[in-house]
Amino acid sequence: MAVKQKTVAESHAITGNEAVAYAMRQINPDVVAAYPITPATEIVQIFSNYHADGLVDTEMVLVESEHSAMSATIGASAAGSRAMTATSSQGLLLMHEMLYVASGTRTPIVMPVVNRAVSAPLNIHCDHSDTMGSRDSGWIQLYGENAQEGYDNLIQSIRIAEHPDVMLPVMTMTDGFITSHGMENVFLLEDEEVQAFIGGFKAAYPLLDTDNPVTFGPVDFTDYYFEHRRQVFEAMVNAKQVILDVAKEYERLTGRSYGFFETYRLDDAEMAIVVLSSAAGTTRFVVDQLRKQGMKVGMLKLRVFRPFPATELVEALKHVGAIAIMDRADSLSGEGGPVGAELRAAFYNEEKRPKAVNYIYGLGGRDVTIHHIESVYKDLANILETGVVGPTVRHLGVRE
Amino acid sequence: MSAGEKVITNPVKANAGWKELPIGGIIPQGGTARGFFTGGWRSLTPVWDAEKCISCLQCWIFCPDMAIQVEGGKMVGIDLDYCKGCGICAAACPPRTAAIKMVNEGA
Amino acid sequence: MSVQTLAAQEAQVGLSGEAGELIEIRWHGRGGQGAKTAALLMGEAAAGAGRYIQAFPEYGPERMGAPVVAYNRISMKPISLHCSIENPRYVAVLDTTLAGQIDFTAGIPDGGVLIVNTGWTPAEARANLGVSNPTIRVFTVNAGVIAQETIGRPIPNTPMLGALNRVAGLIDLDSLLTSVRHKLELKFRGRPEIVDGNVEAVRRAYQEVQGE
Repeated sequence: MAVKQKTVAESHAITGNEAVAYAMRQINPDVVAAYPITPATEIVQIFSNYHADGLVDTEMVLVESEHSAMSATIGASAAGSRAMTATSSQGLLLMHEMLYVASGTRTPIVMPVVNRAVSAPLNIHCDHSDTMGSRDSGWIQLYGENAQEGYDNLIQSIRIAEHPDVMLPVMTMTDGFITSHGMENVFLLEDEEVQAFIGGFKAAYPLLDTDNPVTFGPVDFTDYYFEHRRQVFEAMVNAKQVILDVAKEYERLTGRSYGFFETYRLDDAEMAIVVLSSAAGTTRFVVDQLRKQGMKVGMLKLRVFRPFPATELVEALKHVGAIAIMDRADSLSGEGGPVGAELRAAFYNEEKRPKAVNYIYGLGGRDVTIHHIESVYKDLANILETGVVGPTVRHLGVRE
Repeated sequence: MSAGEKVITNPVKANAGWKELPIGGIIPQGGTARGFFTGGWRSLTPVWDAEKCISCLQCWIFCPDMAIQVEGGKMVGIDLDYCKGCGICAAACPPRTAAIKMVNEGA
Repeated sequence: MSVQTLAAQEAQVGLSGEAGELIEIRWHGRGGQGAKTAALLMGEAAAGAGRYIQAFPEYGPERMGAPVVAYNRISMKPISLHCSIENPRYVAVLDTTLAGQIDFTAGIPDGGVLIVNTGWTPAEARANLGVSNPTIRVFTVNAGVIAQETIGRPIPNTPMLGALNRVAGLIDLDSLLTSVRHKLELKFRGRPEIVDGNVEAVRRAYQEVQGE
């Protein structure tokens, strides 16, 4: 059944943080434990207004640090409640220890994260160093291009996290300030639609069910630890199908389609940029401009970084002559960023693969302009023309 | 605790593979410590003198396991299955009472 | 050129967004003058009128009096650009005393528009602000005075919103007033005099803005 597309006049002009907070209200979690940090502060601030106005049934726990916020959220989730928090940058870093406890204990927490650079030097603006640093923590990661995707991803994440085949925490990202504080048109669902979509949460082993006592967090030495980590691997693999199934169902509700990634004019492209989050929007604009000039350019916007959809990415990109993989974070391996490393690794056993270069861009909120993106496509055109890849790691928009 | 109460039917099969284990390290049962005998770790053994004991229960409060046996509010003995010989009970016992002494195992 | 003629002309060539062109606006002010709020109000009003919009401030150290820049994008088509705006067709200046530190005309394309909060005539503003590109059209409105008289405080953002919409022919006055009232009623619950004052400020500036 085709969904009736809403007209733009039915959209709401709100910021990314407002959209995320609105989704949290509609989700109406049992527990929110949080500690504010720029640029995610507004999410919990707006949510606490909803709480004060009696619009949610949530138990709010105001804690003294992000480490405590994540700890309390894990406890609440283990107790059997639907638990959420939100953070950014240094806050996520302070949670780092507990992120692994959340995934290892299989608590299906959902956490919006507003991407921000990490210290030092001190910076409050957007890059992806914070969440890319959490990529091995066993959390599912969804990156959103704009406020709409921040809203849509958050609602879908509840279903993904709580699916019995998954039972892993999910973090959903929006770009700091660019998306979090930028006002855009956002199409919002009705509260009842969100509730019907997410359904109720019933924990398999709620800690507060004293009639059926369970032991959480036992010591797990050489005899069992490996098996439990093997289960997390399996859950992450399972998440792929669940992410697609949930997206399909969400599309039936909203008309907006989601997958592991979005391809844009990629089918016949000779050159492509692989990028995630807000810079994908600017890239889409440049693709249209360059197509008018006859350049066969395309884009792949990655939404799901964990689990990493390696097979699907290879399938989508193997026909392309040259790709530029954009990283708004540096792994400081001396070999580029995390998306660059993983995507190139995905191609390792392929006979046919594009020439690939990795760009570090936009660190600390450095603006990514139309000219920057154009220059990347021109670099790719040059690689195709000469057959010479040149430096595989490049820095876009940095002063020499 | 009777010998029967110490037998735990562990819902987690010994040496189960990852497909069989409950996820997240969860043990879907409470009180499983009853089946875990830390007494095997012991090199010093507490010896309790019932005559001196005033049942202040400081030893019961501080025992990190469940070795101190109490009935009707009175200290009645030490269950060595759960005593790893740490000596905290002897240290917690009031000096003028000194009802618990640690002795070398086998001495 | 009279304001009416200009708006009519732009509507004809589609600058008001009817033909799908992307309209970009830059707001200059000082912390406390409401440049960011003006951009948000503009965005909300345009969205209500069925436009795709963006409104975003440039974030720096936030303090009263510091230079503030905010932006809008408005289009009939979805907007995917997420970079800052380099070549705004419309620039609104809330405070001319920033002139020593900021080049208001930076990046304005030929035929672009500068709208200034001042008591100067447009010709005086052109001369005093050193607008050297003759194709840039200058408009003025005494937004500070209008705000003082209607709101009781010299916060020039809402009158500048009225002036900009008149000049750019973006959305009609009634829709604008309805949207501003709605937004401010949420912000100033229980203080109708502030809401009424701002709505009146928008209306007056819409009428009083002058072209060269």
